[in-house]
Amino acid sequence: MITIKNLHASIGDKEILKGINLEIKAGEIHAIMGPNGSGKSTLASVLAGREDYEVTQGEVIFNGKNLLDLAAEDRAREGLFLAFQYPVEIPGVSNINFLKTALNEIRAYHGQEEMPAKDFLALVKEKQKLVELDGKLTNRSVNEGFSGGEKKRNEIFQMAMLNPKLAVLDETDSGLDIDALRIVATGVNALKSKENAFVVITHYQRLLDYIVPDFVHILYNGQIVRSGGKELALELEAKGYDEIKKQFESLEK
Amino acid sequence: MIAEKSNTAQLIIDKISSSAEKVNFIDNDQLSKALLYLENKGIPNNKHEDYKYCNIDGIFKKEFKNIEQKLNSVTDVAQYKLKDALTLVVVNGNYSESLSDKLILNGLHLTAFSNLDKDEKKLIGSLANVESDAFIALNTAFSGTGFHLKIADNEQLQIPIHILYVSSANSEALVNPRNVIELGKNAEATIIEEQICIGTGKVFTNFLSEKFVGENAKLTSYTFQNEGKNGFSVNTNQVTISRYGKYDNTTVTLSGALVRNNHNVVLGAQNCEAHLNGLFTTKNNQLVDNHTLMDHQMPNCESNELYKGIITDKSTGVFNGKIYVRKDAQKTNAYQSSKNILLSDDATINTKPQLEIYADDVKCSHGTSTGKIDEVAVFYLNARGIGRESAKKLLLNAFAQEVINKIEVDELKDKILNLFENEL
Repeated sequence: MITIKNLHASIGDKEILKGINLEIKAGEIHAIMGPNGSGKSTLASVLAGREDYEVTQGEVIFNGKNLLDLAAEDRAREGLFLAFQYPVEIPGVSNINFLKTALNEIRAYHGQEEMPAKDFLALVKEKQKLVELDGKLTNRSVNEGFSGGEKKRNEIFQMAMLNPKLAVLDETDSGLDIDALRIVATGVNALKSKENAFVVITHYQRLLDYIVPDFVHILYNGQIVRSGGKELALELEAKGYDEIKKQFESLEK
Repeated sequence: MIAEKSNTAQLIIDKISSSAEKVNFIDNDQLSKALLYLENKGIPNNKHEDYKYCNIDGIFKKEFKNIEQKLNSVTDVAQYKLKDALTLVVVNGNYSESLSDKLILNGLHLTAFSNLDKDEKKLIGSLANVESDAFIALNTAFSGTGFHLKIADNEQLQIPIHILYVSSANSEALVNPRNVIELGKNAEATIIEEQICIGTGKVFTNFLSEKFVGENAKLTSYTFQNEGKNGFSVNTNQVTISRYGKYDNTTVTLSGALVRNNHNVVLGAQNCEAHLNGLFTTKNNQLVDNHTLMDHQMPNCESNELYKGIITDKSTGVFNGKIYVRKDAQKTNAYQSSKNILLSDDATINTKPQLEIYADDVKCSHGTSTGKIDEVAVFYLNARGIGRESAKKLLLNAFAQEVINKIEVDELKDKILNLFENEL
C-alpha cells in the first residue's frame, strides 16, 4: 500500500524527520507512538502534503505512485486520508456541501460521474449513523461550534464518506471521553477491510484497546526506534518512554 | 503656488447643457444654487477629503473627454425582469412608462416628477442638499425625469418593486437618474434597485435617491450594481427615518469600472433602526468606494453596518463608515464592521471607521479586518480531495454568504449568487 523510505523533513532550519522507514500493506493497522515532539504529527502532515514542511530526502511510494510528487488534493484523490489532530472550522461552508464537493472531485479524478443527490444523501445517512453524529451537525458549517468530540467524530464521518485506501489518524483520541473514544473506534473497525489500511498516531495505549494494531512503532527524535506487535504498546504504557530515551541518549554518546 | 482650479465641471456643463431638457420640477433657486456650487467647488479630486481614494475629477479627465450624449433607446428589458416583482424601468435617467409594469396595487402611487403638484415637488431636494456635494448639485442641475413612489399609510406591499436603471449609449455620456421614495406611517415595502449599463459607450451614471421612511414604517431595500466595464457611477442615497421606522439596505456590487456609493442615513427620531450591508467584488483596475453615514440625531436608535470586499488584480476597494452621534442621541447603539479579502499582491483596500460621538451614554463599536484567503482552511479542503480553485470558491462563497443571506427575496438572492460565483 505505502512504502516510506529514508524520509527526512524539515520546517525552516529544523530537521524533524530524520530517516523514517515504514512499509504498510493492505489490511493492516499500524500504531505510531512516541513522546511529544518526536515527529508523529509531522509525519502525518508530510504524508498529507502540508506545504509548511520541506522534504529533504527520501521517497514515499503510495500504490505505485510517487506520493511526494502529488499535490495534497491528488493525494486525497488517490485514497490517502488524514484525520486531523485539530480539525479546522470553516464558517459558511456546510458539511454537506463540503462533502459533496470532495466526493465529486474525487470521483471526477477517477473519471466517474457525479454521485446522484439521492444516493449521496442515503450515504450521508448511513455513515452518520456509524459515528452517531447528529443529523443537525451535518447541516451546519464545517466544524463550526462543534465540541472537541464532535470534531473528531466528524473526521471519522468524513473518512467513512470518502472511503480512503489509507487513513492516517493523527491523535484522534486526544480530548475524547471514553464514550466518544468507543464511537470513533467502532467507526474505524467497521470501515476496516482487506483493501484498506490505517495508521493510528497516539500517545496512549487506551485507543489501542479498541483499535487493535497489527504493528506498533515507536517514533523518537524523528526516527522509528522500535517496532513490534501490539504488546509493545502495553510495555510502553507500563514503563513509559524513559527507557527508550535512555537507550537513545547512550547511543548518542 | 496656487494650483490651477480644475475646469472639469464647466466642461461637463458645456457638453451636456445643449442636450439636457429644462425640467419643471427643480425650481430656479435650486438650479442656480446647484450651478453655482459646481462652478465654485468643481468635481472633487483626491485632494478632497471625502474623495481621497476616488479621484472623480481625474476619471472625467481621463475617461470622459468627449461627452457626446449619443444615448440609445431601450425597447426590451424582459431578460432583466424578476418573475415575482413589479418592474419600473428608468432608461438613461428618465422613467419609461412604456417599459414599466402597470402599478395596480392598492396604496401604491407612482407619479413622474413632471406631473407632481406644487406641494409634492417640494419633496424633491428636501433631503439632498445641493450645497453639500458636487454630485447632488450635478444631478439637480441636469436631473432626468424621475418619479415619486409613495406607499400609503398602513399599506404593506406583498410583492417587491424592482426598479431597473438601464444606461445605454454609443458615446461617452452622463446620465442623472433620480427618484423620491416615500413610505407612509406603518407602511412596509421591499424595493430592489438594479443598475446595469448596456451599449458600447462609457456611461457615467450620477444617481440620486431620497427616501423617506415614515413612522413605524419598514423599508427593505436592495441595491444591485453590475454595470460592467463601461459603467461608471456615483450613487447617492439620502435616507431619513421617522419614529419607530426601520430601514434595511443591502448593496451588492459585482462589477463596474468605478462605483462610488454615498449612503447617508438620518436617524432623525426616537427608536428608529437602520442596517446597511454591503458586498463588493473588484478586479482588473476597478474601484468600488462605499461611503456611509449614520447620523444619529435622537435617542434610543440603533444602526448596524457590515461591509465585505473581495479585491483582486490591481483593483481597489474603499470603505469609509462615518457614525455621527449628536448630543441628544443618548442610548444610541451603533455597530460597524468591515471585512476584506485581498486576493493579489497588487490589490488595495482602504478602510476607515469615523466615529464622532457627542453624547455620553452610547454604545458604539467598529471593527475591521483585512486578510488573504485562509491557507489553513485551503489545506483542510485539499486534504479531502478538493482542488485549489474549488477550495478558493468555497471559501469566498462562505465569506460572502453573511451578506448575501441578508437578501430575503429568493429570486434576487439566487440571481446574485449565480453571478457572484461566475465572478470568482
